[in-house]
Amino acid sequence: MTGKASPSAGALAPGDLWRVAVVGLRTRKLRAGLSALGIAIGVAAIVAVLGLSSSSEAGLLAEINRLGTNLLTVTNGESLFGQPAELPVAAPGMIGRIGPVTEVQYTGAVGNVNVYRSPLVPSIDTNALSVAASSLALPSDVGTSLASGRYLNPATATEPVAVLGAAAAQRLGIDRVFPGERIWLGNMWFYVTGILNPAPLTPEIDSSVLVGFPAAETYLGFDGHPSEIYVRAATSEVDAVDAVLGATANPEAPNQVNVSQPSSALVAEADAQAALNGLFLGLGGVALLVGAVGVANIMVISVLERRSEIGLRRALGATKSHIRTQFLAEAVLLSLLGGATGVVLGTVSTAVYASTKRWTIVVPPLAWGGGLGAALVIGAVAGLLPALRAARLSPTEALWSI
Amino acid sequence: MSATVATPVLEVQSVTKTYPSEPPVEALRGVSFVVGEGELVAIVGPSGSGKTTLLHLMGTLDRPTTGSVRVTGLDVADMSDRELSALRATRIGFVFQQFFLAEHERALDNVADGLLYAGVALAERRDAAAAALTRVGLGHRGSARPTQLSGGERQRVAIARALVGRPAIVLADEPTGNLDSANSQAILSLLEELHDGGATIVVITHERAIADRLPRQVQVLDGRVVEDRSSAGGPPAGAAGPVRGAPAPPRGADGDRGDAVTG
Repeated sequence: MTGKASPSAGALAPGDLWRVAVVGLRTRKLRAGLSALGIAIGVAAIVAVLGLSSSSEAGLLAEINRLGTNLLTVTNGESLFGQPAELPVAAPGMIGRIGPVTEVQYTGAVGNVNVYRSPLVPSIDTNALSVAASSLALPSDVGTSLASGRYLNPATATEPVAVLGAAAAQRLGIDRVFPGERIWLGNMWFYVTGILNPAPLTPEIDSSVLVGFPAAETYLGFDGHPSEIYVRAATSEVDAVDAVLGATANPEAPNQVNVSQPSSALVAEADAQAALNGLFLGLGGVALLVGAVGVANIMVISVLERRSEIGLRRALGATKSHIRTQFLAEAVLLSLLGGATGVVLGTVSTAVYASTKRWTIVVPPLAWGGGLGAALVIGAVAGLLPALRAARLSPTEALWSI
Repeated sequence: MSATVATPVLEVQSVTKTYPSEPPVEALRGVSFVVGEGELVAIVGPSGSGKTTLLHLMGTLDRPTTGSVRVTGLDVADMSDRELSALRATRIGFVFQQFFLAEHERALDNVADGLLYAGVALAERRDAAAAALTRVGLGHRGSARPTQLSGGERQRVAIARALVGRPAIVLADEPTGNLDSANSQAILSLLEELHDGGATIVVITHERAIADRLPRQVQVLDGRVVEDRSSAGGPPAGAAGPVRGAPAPPRGADGDRGDAVTG
């Protein structure tokens, strides 16, 4: 045998590495589970925060898409002297003649008129409701519909008849329409014929009580000038229409007209929601850090407790590198286990919450990929020191110092 | 080195080991002996005699302060930690007093783990493990967990693990230390059987009675070999160091060693 070449040791096969890495987890299930839980909570928090914000953003964008991004609103601005300017009575007609404009509806704010449930309500309790005269196809134009009853028509527009915006109905305490139902509007009774659903693109309509233009002129002393014009244009031409709307609505004083695109405000709102996520992501990060300390702790204890196993493995021929790899793999595995659990938990909570809100369930790859990646890195970092200590242990110390 | 007939498997030459404590402990003060292929040797001594240190050095788990240890002709001093690990993986088997079995794994896998670091694929390891279990008389207990086995059976599993890679030498550290007398006798009989089958085995023990049962005893006291003799009357097969009597008799086939076993 003398003169035989020195035997050489190679790395363990992946299957064998797996088998030695799960030894600690199999024999100390409860403890492994608890320390993986720390990682799981952190990753779940991060995945849920990112998932929920993506889902809510997706929900909002879907809502915006449903409502359409091609709605433009024209409102009266201010004159040179800070007085509210008036839009010409002919403005809706003129806007309607712009080529890509598909629909024009408008309202006119009726000033100095308040609305009450009955004349017995103290006049100070105005509920912050406004009264507006409305054209006859307003709901479909602004992307809402009737919750109950019907909208104004050419006949009812001339009579003391009102339709309530969603918030207005709520504040007046009216949730359904029945014959003869009336409200006290401008010192006379108006009959309620309909209640609108919320109009997310045009929240000002929600808190309005809408009457017909002729009725407003007849009963409320309205001057007939529109104050808000809701314009639908071909989606591809929205910018072009936007550019000419001011001049078309009020050719004499284009600078006294405000033109806006309500959907862009909602998009900005979606972005603003995402900004709040930083805080929750930070909390998730803290949970992850605590989890990492837990993993490091269990690995240190594990190495102390498993001296004889380490000694035995050295006696069976394990190199320092085998021992180091084993404990490192165990820490990474533990952490990945927690990470995977966290991704599942985070995804499930996102799915549950999103489905109650009827949002599309979106868990961005950044969330679950990042969660697993963070778990991997944490496992490697937390396991490194214990693994080095285990490898440094001399076989004789490990075997005979029990 | 003295003329030997059997191929030397383990050569311990003028070995000293001093532990650098305060004051320094001289655990071994010049130990020499040779274990030839196919021998069954007892290293016997009271606690504190240095036999555990000797086991460390023979098992390449530690290095001597001076002198040389050669296993299958390879000098431990020339080898890196990595090479020594590979040497242990392929050529040295260990049996411990505390068995050191993995309780969550069945006996077969415990035995198969004896080859884990020798670069053998899992299926082959299990085949070899099944064969080794059969050799120690536990062929039918492969799927049992260590907790379901008696102390004697556990030690048999541990012995099978030491044998599974057919190492050049098996080092047994107080293999009967945790067993009752009946099981101890059974384990010794097993070691004798394995020896008859050609295995080279060194048993470290503090019990004179156990040592006397084995063909050759190396007695250690205060870090020195004080006696090295064969129970058969002749000198040990591969003896170096304090050799008494005539040169070693030629060793025949493994089968004719039965007469060396004297109660």
